[in-house]
Amino acid sequence: MTVKIYIPRDAAALALGAEKVATAMAEELARRGVDATIVRNGSRGMHWLEPLIEVETVDGRIAYGPVKPRDVASLLDAGFVTGGSHPLHLGKTEEIPFLKRQVRLTFARCGITDPLSLEDYRAHGGLRGLEKAVSMEPAAIVAEVTESGLRGRGGAGFPTGIKWKTVLEAQGRQKYIVCNADEGDSGTFADRMIMEGDPFVLIEGMAIAGIAAGATKGYIYTRSEYPHAIAAMTEAIEIARAAGVLGRSVLGSANAFDMEVRTGAGAYVCGEETSLLNSLEGKRGLVRAKPPLPAHKGLFDCPTVINNVISLASVPIVLDKGAAFYRDFGMGRSRGTIPIQIAGNVRHGGLFEIGFGLTLGEIVDEIGGGTASGRPVRAVQVGGPLGAYFPRALFDTPFDYEAFAARDGLIGHAGVVVFDDTVDMLKQARFAMEFCAVESCGKCTPCRLGSTRGVEVADKIRAGIEPEKNRELLADLCNTMKFGSLCALGGFTPYPVMSAITHFPEDFEPAPAAEAAE
Amino acid sequence: MNIQLPRADVAERTLAIVGELNGLEGPLLPILHAVQDEFGYVPQEALPVIARELNLSRAEVYGVVTFYHDFREHAAGRHVLKLCRAEACQSMGGDRLAERAKALLGIDFHETTPDGAVTLEPVYCLGLCSCSPSAMLDGEVHARLDETELEALVAEARR
Repeated sequence: MTVKIYIPRDAAALALGAEKVATAMAEELARRGVDATIVRNGSRGMHWLEPLIEVETVDGRIAYGPVKPRDVASLLDAGFVTGGSHPLHLGKTEEIPFLKRQVRLTFARCGITDPLSLEDYRAHGGLRGLEKAVSMEPAAIVAEVTESGLRGRGGAGFPTGIKWKTVLEAQGRQKYIVCNADEGDSGTFADRMIMEGDPFVLIEGMAIAGIAAGATKGYIYTRSEYPHAIAAMTEAIEIARAAGVLGRSVLGSANAFDMEVRTGAGAYVCGEETSLLNSLEGKRGLVRAKPPLPAHKGLFDCPTVINNVISLASVPIVLDKGAAFYRDFGMGRSRGTIPIQIAGNVRHGGLFEIGFGLTLGEIVDEIGGGTASGRPVRAVQVGGPLGAYFPRALFDTPFDYEAFAARDGLIGHAGVVVFDDTVDMLKQARFAMEFCAVESCGKCTPCRLGSTRGVEVADKIRAGIEPEKNRELLADLCNTMKFGSLCALGGFTPYPVMSAITHFPEDFEPAPAAEAAE
Repeated sequence: MNIQLPRADVAERTLAIVGELNGLEGPLLPILHAVQDEFGYVPQEALPVIARELNLSRAEVYGVVTFYHDFREHAAGRHVLKLCRAEACQSMGGDRLAERAKALLGIDFHETTPDGAVTLEPVYCLGLCSCSPSAMLDGEVHARLDETELEALVAEARR
């Protein structure tokens, strides 16, 4: 019988040498005359164990990792193909605590299937949602998504069903589904992982959105920094088109829907939806004033659904299993699951999907296992470069849109970046301002000029020039940016800055005289 | 690396690219990406051709080129080393690694070594934040970098 071996093609695994491991494995298998096929799967999301390779045995899939090319021969010597014991042996993949504790709905197939095999996708429950959708009235699909409680996973948390309803009811010569895959936030990689590890689920979600909103054309706008995701998505779209999942007759129905991938050009602000639309149109990525809403006048002034990758990729399971199934996970007004991305200075970094409601402390200490450096955790930035820094004192905050907002933070795209006690919070605050200055689209003054002034004020505090006055000035500047900016870039940059000042005031004091004299 | 491309050649090849992509909705970014793939940068001589074919002003096209960090107005070195400078990589010593890279290459960010071998650029997130710090050398990703691995990368790029 042919042995099935899984070696990920996910960019994180590749960045840690998966390609060389796959080559070494193929060579060694051939040399030994072992009858085996190597499947290049997505990542299971346990990135500290990457490259994590698996073998299919009578007892299920057995994992080994992190594997280096030079480990391949000894693995095969140890009976790897039948799950033999070896220092890198991790046991049954599904039994690894990090994975076992999760609720994988959106990422149900990621790391399990061959990302570019439509047969695999179907065999693992794929296309069931779309099959239901083609036999439903658009309004019924919208109602199902609304009832599921799904909210925008890009960060704003706007109810997905309501957005779709607005587009369904809007009039236009053409309507569009635009997928925001411009995942620029540091600490986030869920969009990348799904595009590389299970691209068909995004295609299915977008096709469902198209049928629900009456749109026949879709675009995925992603980043030039994600070449592997672009390649996987592009190939998956071609496969889906050839199989009749996309095209003039979606799954043989009367609905037409097709899509393509578009690549950005290194502008962070294009992750803001109106800037993204301008970029797709071939313009400078300037933010548009709202109203009009993209749902009324979006891409080329046509009614447009614009959703994040994870929002769209969560739709197939909602349609397949029903709104109530999805809604039963989560807490408060945050329904369903959220793929938490644990990153930075952390022992067990990776992707952890679970219903909303875990506390930040559980995520960082229990699941993440504390810092990689072994030093105490001092600060955790949640929600990307525009998210607040939380100290340990706020580790009881549950992972929920409203709970984070109540503590002047945001969950954003659910990235969690851990810092140990060597972090300099004044430096982090200055970086937030500097990043905003580099990436500002320049349309509104508070963001364009405020960020540059913010860097200067932070430098004055560092230099010990009128520190008290300059701290007040920085807070005042943040207030202006928060309330006067056109979009979230200028409007949310105050979150990291103000949280750093509020929770770590000691870092904004002048350096002690003894240290200064050194 | 001061190879000047003949003006007529740039215009002709740009025209072919525009002809191929002009049928797309919102074709300007795909065209600029294709032009940069073709020449290694976006030559000034390409702009009037694109403007004329898309019925835009040259200023509009130039405005788009300069808005996006990816588009170069000059050729890069033979290899491009991008180091992630964002928060997750900062938490794992990315700043120190960046200083080391600058010292090894003898250049700052956005500069090219005098022999034209390597251009050093910052990048704000490669999506490898759970295995920081990370870098990209000519489209190939590298993660969990330490000084030794960085030195190997730089040596590879200099060859």
